[in-house]
This record gives sequence, C-alpha cells and structure tokens, in this order.
Amino acid sequence: MFIYAGKVAIRCYFYIRYNKKMLSPQQIESKLNRILLRVQKPGRYVGGELNSVVKNWDDVKTKVAFVFPDIYDIGVSNVGLKVLYDQINQREDALAERAYSPWFDMEALMRQHEIPLYALESKRPLACFDLIGFSLPYETLYTNTLNVLDLSGIPIHSADRDDSHPIIIAGGHAATNPEPMYKFIDAFVIGEGEEVIHEIVNVIQRVKGQRSKVNGDLRPETCDRNEILHELAKIDGVYVPKFYVTNYLEDGTVAYTEPTIPEARKLVNKRIVAKLPPPPTKFLVPNIDVVHNRVSVEIMRGCTRGCRFCQAGMITRPVRERSVEEVVEAADAAIRSSGFEELALLSLSSSDYTYVKDLVDAISKKFEGRKLTVSLPSLRIESVSIDLMEKLKQRRSGGFTLAPEAASEKMRRIINKYIPDEDIINTTREIYARGWTTVKLYFMIGHPSETLEDVQAIADLCKRVIAEGRKVAGWKVKLNAGVSTFVPKPQTPFQWVSSDTRESVLEKQALLKRELYKDRSIKLSLTEPEDAILEAWLSRGDRRMADVVYTAWKNGSRFDAWKEGRKYDTWMQAFAEHGLDHAFYTHRQRRTDEVFPWEHIGTALRKNFLFQDFRMSLEGQIRVDCRLNCFACGILPTFANLRRENPGKGWMCPDVKSPATKVKSETVNSNQLPVVGD
Amino acid sequence: MRVRITFTKQNALRYIGHLDLHQLWERTIRRADLPLAYSQGFHPQPKISLAAALPLGFSSRGEVLDMRLKENMSVEDISKRLSDNLPVDVKIINIEEVEENLPALQTQVLSASYNVQLTEPVERSELMRRVESLMMSESIIRERRGKQYDLRPLIEMLSVITEANGNVWLKMTLAAREGATGRPEEVLLTLDIEPETTLVERTRLIFIT
Repeated sequence: MFIYAGKVAIRCYFYIRYNKKMLSPQQIESKLNRILLRVQKPGRYVGGELNSVVKNWDDVKTKVAFVFPDIYDIGVSNVGLKVLYDQINQREDALAERAYSPWFDMEALMRQHEIPLYALESKRPLACFDLIGFSLPYETLYTNTLNVLDLSGIPIHSADRDDSHPIIIAGGHAATNPEPMYKFIDAFVIGEGEEVIHEIVNVIQRVKGQRSKVNGDLRPETCDRNEILHELAKIDGVYVPKFYVTNYLEDGTVAYTEPTIPEARKLVNKRIVAKLPPPPTKFLVPNIDVVHNRVSVEIMRGCTRGCRFCQAGMITRPVRERSVEEVVEAADAAIRSSGFEELALLSLSSSDYTYVKDLVDAISKKFEGRKLTVSLPSLRIESVSIDLMEKLKQRRSGGFTLAPEAASEKMRRIINKYIPDEDIINTTREIYARGWTTVKLYFMIGHPSETLEDVQAIADLCKRVIAEGRKVAGWKVKLNAGVSTFVPKPQTPFQWVSSDTRESVLEKQALLKRELYKDRSIKLSLTEPEDAILEAWLSRGDRRMADVVYTAWKNGSRFDAWKEGRKYDTWMQAFAEHGLDHAFYTHRQRRTDEVFPWEHIGTALRKNFLFQDFRMSLEGQIRVDCRLNCFACGILPTFANLRRENPGKGWMCPDVKSPATKVKSETVNSNQLPVVGD
Repeated sequence: MRVRITFTKQNALRYIGHLDLHQLWERTIRRADLPLAYSQGFHPQPKISLAAALPLGFSSRGEVLDMRLKENMSVEDISKRLSDNLPVDVKIINIEEVEENLPALQTQVLSASYNVQLTEPVERSELMRRVESLMMSESIIRERRGKQYDLRPLIEMLSVITEANGNVWLKMTLAAREGATGRPEEVLLTLDIEPETTLVERTRLIFIT
C-alpha cells in the first residue's frame, strides 16, 4: 500500500511539474492584459467585486472553485452558488473562488493565447483547485460544462482523470436526472447543498491528510481519487455514477440501474435542510452591468401548489418558510453592504408565504424613502396581489406579471393550475384601473393533449384582457403575452408524456401570431421550438446521451440556450453518429411500467404518487394546495426523523396521523377530455 | 453641499467603463449612507458628475468627480465613510468642499496627462527620433470613425523618459476639451507602437483655473 501510494505521488509530481506547465496568477494576468481590450465587456473576466473573498492560498487546506457555466452576467447573481460560496469561505480551513463560462470572443482568445480558465479571485487555473463544483440549474448548460473542463485543461471524461486533477462535482435542479452527464462529473449532489458541501470537503481533507502523513511532504496535494470517490459515495445525497451500472431492455428503455459496490446506495435520496439557514447578506457587487443587479432573499423554499408541469414545485418540497423578521433583517443588512437599488423576495409562490402581508408591511416601512425597487415575483391572480404590489412600489413602472399558464378549462385541469377566466379578467382590469399600463401574462403551449382550440383560448383571453383594460384605463393599456413551450421534466407527473413536435408547436405559434399581431397593444413573445426540443432530450436522457453531449460539444455546441450558440444540426449529427434517435427521448409516450433512467435518484416523491397525479391529469382532476390536505407525496415518511428532530412552524406540511389520507378532488366529465399521448 | 473628490482607478477596475464607474460611486455613496441629492422629476437621478470619461483599459491616479449632498457634513467624515465602502481598486486621494455655483465639472477640463509603460522592448534612440519627428510636424492627419482630423494640435507635450535602470516610458499631455480630445492610442499608433503592448495610466486632469 505504502509503495503503491508513493509511486502514484511521484508520478503526479512529475506530471504537474514537467508536463502541465501550470501558469502562475502573474503570468495569467499579464496574458490577460494583452487580450482583454479586444473582448466585449472585459469586466466579466477580472473579478475585483466588492464582497468577493480573497484568501491567502497557502493558508488553507482545501481550495474549492464554484462554476456557473453560463456567462458572468447571468452567473454572478445566482443565489444558490452565493450560499455555497459563503458556506465554504466561512471555514478557516478552506477557500472558495468563482468562475463562469467565457463568451465566444473570450474563449477564442484564451485558446489562441493558451490561457487556461482561471478563478476570478486568485487568477489561478481551475486545475489547481481540489474541488470544482458546477451549478446545473438547467440542462442547456451541459455543453458549457464540458467546455469549462476543456478550457481548464482537465480531462473531460471522469475516467481519464488521475490523482493530480480536481474532483468534479455538480448539483442543481438538472441533477435530478444526472445520467446524460454521468461520464463527465465525478459526483453529483442531489438536493440542497448547504450541509453536504461541508461533508464533501471533509472527506477530501481526511483522505488527503492521510496521504500527506504517509508520504511526508512530498506531494500533499495529490490524492487517491478512487478512495475519495468511495468515501463520497457513502455520503447521504451524493451520487457517484462510476459505481453504478445501467442495463437496457430490447426496446431501448432502461431495465435497471444498480450499484456495483456495497458502499453505493440503491437509491440516492436528495438531501434537504430541516430549517433554512440564515440567508446570505454579503452580496457580490459586480463592477459592470449584469442581468440582476440586486439583493435576493429567499423567503420560502418549496411549493405546495402541485402544478404538474413544474419541476421546481415537485423537487424542492417540503415548503419551509423564513420568519418575517429574518427576511427583513437580512434584506436590510444586504442592502447596506451592497448598495444595490433593487431587492427581490424570492420563492416559487409568494402569495402562499404565510405572512406575506406582514412581510410587505415590514419591508415597505423599513425601506421607505430609500429609493429601493422591491420585487415580489410569482403572485397569485387575485386583487390581494395588487394591494401587495401597491405597498411595495412608489411608482407603477414596469409591468405587473401574472402566470395563468393556460387559458382553457380543460388545460387548466390537466396542468393543475386552475384559475377561472373571471379571476384573470377581474384582476387585470383592477391592475389597469390602479395605474399600471402594462400587464405581462405568461402562458405555456405544447402539452400533447392540447388542441388548437386551447391555443385559440389564449389569444381570446389576451384580447379580452385588453378590451376590459381599455374600458377602465383607455387606449394606453398594453399587454405582453409570453408564450413558452412546455418541456416534460423528470421527477414530475408529466415525466411519462411526449413532447410536442416541432410542426405542431409551429402551427400553434402561427395561430397566436395570426390572432395577436394585429393588435398593437399586445406584444407576443414566443420561444424557438428547437430550443424546447433540445431541452427535452437532455432532460429525460439516459446514459447513452452522454456520448451525444460529448460529440455535440466537440463539434462546436455551447451556449445552447443562446441564439448565438444554437446549433440544432450539430446535435442531429451527434445523435446519428451514435446510432440514437432523438425522438426516442423527446416524442415518445413512456410505458406506464417503464423504468426511468433517473429511477435510482430520489426526490422523496413516490413514483406512485406521481403516477396517480398523472392519471388524474388525464381525467381532468384537480388536486388542491397540499397545505390543506396531504396527498402523501412521500416527503413526510422520507424525512420523518428530520422533522421530528426539528419541531416548530418551519414546515408547511399538515400534520398527518396515518400514512395515507383520502384524496380530495374535483372531477369533470371525463369524456370531454382527450387522452394524453393519444 | 458640493464635494469634489480626486481618486484612483486601478487593477480590475481598469476594465470598467464610464457608466459602470458612475454606478460604482452611486452604490458606494449609498453604502456609506451619505445624504446624496437627487434631481427632481419622474426619474430622479443622483447628483454625481465625473469630470472626463476614462477610456476602457486605462488606469488612473487622478480622476475627479463632484457630488452633491442634501446636508452639510465634515469633509473628514465623508472621506472616512467613503473609504470604508469603496472597492479595493479605488482610493480617495483628495476630497474638498467646493462652491455650489461653480460651473459643471465637465466643462472645466482642459487637458489630461498620461504615463505609458511599454511592455515590449524598444530601441530608445529610435523612439526618441520618432517622438522628435512627430513633435516637429505641423500637422498629423489621422482618421477616426471615418472622420479625418489633425492630431498634432491636440498634443501639448510628449517626451521619452529614461530611468536610471534603463527602463523607457512615455509621458504625454493631450487636450481634453469637449470636441477636442486627444487619445493616447492615436499618438502611440503614430509612433508605430501597438497600443495593446502598452499600459496607460492617466496621471492628472488639468482644469481651467
């Protein structure tokens, strides 16, 4: 053992010293000075933000780099990474730095001048870190993740990395189906990262500490990668894909995925925190203009509404609220330490926050006269929401945003977001009457059982909203209708359904254009149908998708969510090259007994619960807010101990005595409804 | 009260533009909890004005801004509060109260001085020759954004500095009036020096006295 370990260490020593030519921060900076004036917004690549944490490299044991693999302008305000950055930097024995994806112009120059991707704080190459953590909130960041690894000089495939390379981890909503990325990420964190990130750092410290004892001071920073991965696999909520194998049936669907070592769990359940930890108050203040120049305070996590299309609402259960006091104090401290002009109070459904009125009163009192814009997204469609917004805003600038999602009775029942037309008309009329000139309404098209009549209903509703608005506020009223295309997501009741086809989406969009472009008061925004399809195959892909992702990246795909990066043909070629058909992943209704590629990843929702909900959608049955009535999704039994250990009002699940309670639902005449998937 | 601040802008902040710098000061003043005055009207604007835009990529040790506060405070207190809240790459060099009714700062700038470090070796005597020839010319017609203009009258001073260790750099003062602004990179191109191989620092803004 000793001899073997020594050999590995010596190999790494030579590898790093003589083959890799790791650039020093000074060398990187002087190379940057040569190229930065040739790129758009060079301020993206220099760091130096107020409240960023620059620690002395040699004073800490473990170095962590967090990467948001999209451009700086989007990544820098991400709250999830901010939380983890704070968690690590609060430790004395570790540091956390940041990196983002360079835009096309910068990538070209970095490759031309052989500048590796570096962390903004110390300007050290990412390859120097012990641990790199990727945030993957959406699937269209997969190719960017590969690109970041490549720009860092780190082997793209996990299997090609050796003891000299950092451990690569990833988390975020997309990790609820990690399989399309299983070849590239060493370990995935499933669920909430606040606690588990410390456990991961501890494992790295423990294994590396043992090694440095064995080898003296030869190469304390090398590690036994395999040993670390074994240890990580033992952590609750950590999925190490190399310790699992997937087998397939004749029809190409998954037969089963199972662990190959005893330490790995059969089912990796997500981690949650029993109580939300104090929110971050030291926000990074970018020196350039970015997408969200604001302080964000999460007021509540999770959602009890149960909209069937919404992955976030399913996978972030249970609902946990912060107290009004905690939110106001954090907001005040964060505004003071950042000087930002905007405060966002974040949650999936603000109106459901128990003390929303008290919160709005307290916030408006606290920040009166301070020229602060406060946003409270995701409000319910009712007049109370207008009262809340009125209190928060001195000026009625910007629009008032509401998300009805669907406009026909049938579709509202299918998606389980039931808002009658009259509520929408009354609320928007009231919004116009109270002085807002613009209302923004969000809709979704593309559910397979949707017909052109359902899409027509969206157009009709928009016209009615404008007509009613004109009655109370005249011809100046405006309506922005944002219509996106539905993508079925794993771990939701719609994980069985087929995505709408390109032709069908185009037909529906053409109808909306025909109906709405005539009215100059209505602004219609649509998404490209290809974007939804690309997201669809990535979302529900299996392990074989990993080769497709790799080939697409290799042939130039990156920034897949950007029009500048969109390369649908590259993806089609990649599918062809690996003998796969994208329609298998996108346009296929799943069998009711199908084993999903993500079956070994648990979000605590029972598959039966999701299936029952799916069946109810076919029958047009509504499930009410589960604060009122528990539908036994699986959260309570999975986290029973956690809840018992942390009593109090934080969790919004109702008290349940027996494991199952009767399901309360409304039913409509089911023969009015088509069957999903035909 | 009207306060005039002279400050540096260095390192990472070389890469932020004029509007971003304006925003940076606005946020710093808010963090420092100073009673900043705002304009009247539907979109109140903070009363901060920067003397002259600094081109992207240049550092500076002599930028100047004026700000107006709603209440009077001691200059020392203002200075301390701002210094505690500035990002590391901006430092206050001087701060003073000025008369309310002075003309707008931007209209008072006459010229600006720059130091130019050369990161690639140059032949000193050849550089001297080129500078001399440039300074001897009556006019230097150049084109910028499709318009021809004469660079020569905008150059007030240009010299080659040689340090004891043999290090060679350039020093120049260029006009910086509204509609008549000399740009250091234009001078460098005339001298056959690639601006990308240099580090430019603005050392001083010269005002009408």
